[in-house]
Amino acid sequence: MSGSAERAQLLGLAAVTCGYASDAVLVDVDLAIREREFVGIVGPSGAGKTTVLRVIAGSLKPAHGTVTRRKGLRMAYVPQVETINWSFPVTVRECVLMARVKGRLLPWASRAEHAQVAEVLDKLDIGELAGRHIRELSGGQQQRVFIARALLGEPQLLLMDEPTSGVDVRLRHEVLHLLDDLNARGLAIVLTTHDLNGIAAHLPRVVCLNRSVIGDGAPTEVLTSDVLERTYGASMQVLEHGGMPVVVDSYQSARAAAPQSVRSHL
Amino acid sequence: MIDEFLRPFDFEFFRNGLMVATMAGALCGAIGVYVVLKGMSYIGHGLSHAIFGGFAASSLIGVNFFLGAGVWGIASALMINGVTRRRLLGSDAAIGVITTASFALGLALFAIFGTQGRSFDAALFGSILGVGTDDVIAIFIVCLLAGTLIFLRYRALLFTTFDPEVADVAGVNTARMDALLMVILAGSILATMQVLGVTLIAAALVIPAAIARMLTNSFARMLQFATGIGAFCGFVGMNLSYHLDIQSGPTVVLTAATLFAIVFIVTGATGRRRAAGITAPVPPSAARAPSAPVTARAD
Repeated sequence: MSGSAERAQLLGLAAVTCGYASDAVLVDVDLAIREREFVGIVGPSGAGKTTVLRVIAGSLKPAHGTVTRRKGLRMAYVPQVETINWSFPVTVRECVLMARVKGRLLPWASRAEHAQVAEVLDKLDIGELAGRHIRELSGGQQQRVFIARALLGEPQLLLMDEPTSGVDVRLRHEVLHLLDDLNARGLAIVLTTHDLNGIAAHLPRVVCLNRSVIGDGAPTEVLTSDVLERTYGASMQVLEHGGMPVVVDSYQSARAAAPQSVRSHL
Repeated sequence: MIDEFLRPFDFEFFRNGLMVATMAGALCGAIGVYVVLKGMSYIGHGLSHAIFGGFAASSLIGVNFFLGAGVWGIASALMINGVTRRRLLGSDAAIGVITTASFALGLALFAIFGTQGRSFDAALFGSILGVGTDDVIAIFIVCLLAGTLIFLRYRALLFTTFDPEVADVAGVNTARMDALLMVILAGSILATMQVLGVTLIAAALVIPAAIARMLTNSFARMLQFATGIGAFCGFVGMNLSYHLDIQSGPTVVLTAATLFAIVFIVTGATGRRRAAGITAPVPPSAARAPSAPVTARAD
């Protein structure tokens, strides 16, 4: 983390409290994101993970606290695929071009815009799908379309909400490798996830969130029984496998350790 | 045969009505794409009834129809938009309360003071009788303004329609886009009311868009197709109205419905799958969570 701490800060949340109507979803959240960081925010449902992303993105204003962004910071947002209206009549090219909502009044794309879209789609290996409807793609391709749209704006910070939610293991690896590659090229990434073992344990920095930040640091530092219990409100055990933490809940570990005659009672 | 077809063109009222129906059909077709894709069909239906209140009031106090009904309609549209955006009421409830109250007021005004100027039946079911050159010019201006706004704000409107929350993150003023859409919708209804009547305007908004959706998966093409289909239905329906001696509203709508049935059959399973999609609501989580990727530049 020392190398990360030396990098310039892209944005910071200081004592941020906010929510919807009168319900505070986040309470006194402090969070700093630096250049080229790859951060996973984990926590149970309703912990405020999406809300944090919305605050970072600027679509939700905090009731208290401050959000500071580096001047001119370009951010991109990739939502959960489950929230997208896949029936909407939009082709891959049209979808990606939405990122260019400003700067040109004419409805149709310029030659330069077409070239930029083709370039970003090619970079993500979906160049031949430009004319397809977004529903006619596989799960991995759909995810790539929205990442392509995000990348079209040449962001410095990519925000992703549950990029591996509801996807199979193969797609999860595919998305993770793609994000790793983008991060290696210098893109800072903040993603939210429920998947502690699948993604969070592989990221260099994990933030455990449950309305406020419970833990923040490298997975080996943060993914401890104590922090996870305070985050999820349930007893969890952390094992080590291949130098990486593996999280299991206490019920599973107790059941696995118990003799056969006792398992049926667990 | 051709002479018979061309005969109504000798009459100025028919030529005026035909121009109005064609322009209004195109306008409703275009705005209908946004109405359908945003799930605002009920707003279109309700707003046409709300404008009836303005029609009655303007008829009663003797002000210009476009001025009175237009101001009334835009005020109703913005009121619905404001109530819905602030979530003071569910959108269905907001539309139900505001538009039916306005419609009822129109009925009450007609009942108390009687009809003056444009007829009650014409307002409800449409009529090309009495469509003058002034009306043609007024509708041409409405179409020109609406078309220009849609053309110049195409990208922002598309983004707002597809994903308002993330469009907001991208720096699009979605509240302004929603208000703009409502104003254009009110103007479209106003332009169409004379020919279709308040009871059938919703069909002119929904059917061309639904037909276009069955024909394409591209938003740009859907917008173009729906505009053309709306104009075609207005033109054909108006001719049928004259030759069959039926009010213009029903013939325009029946023309569109027939075309819908043909396209529905011809496009088969593909068309049905696409058309089924247009009414598919965005998952509830999308109402709070951003649902499409964008780029945004911080202040």
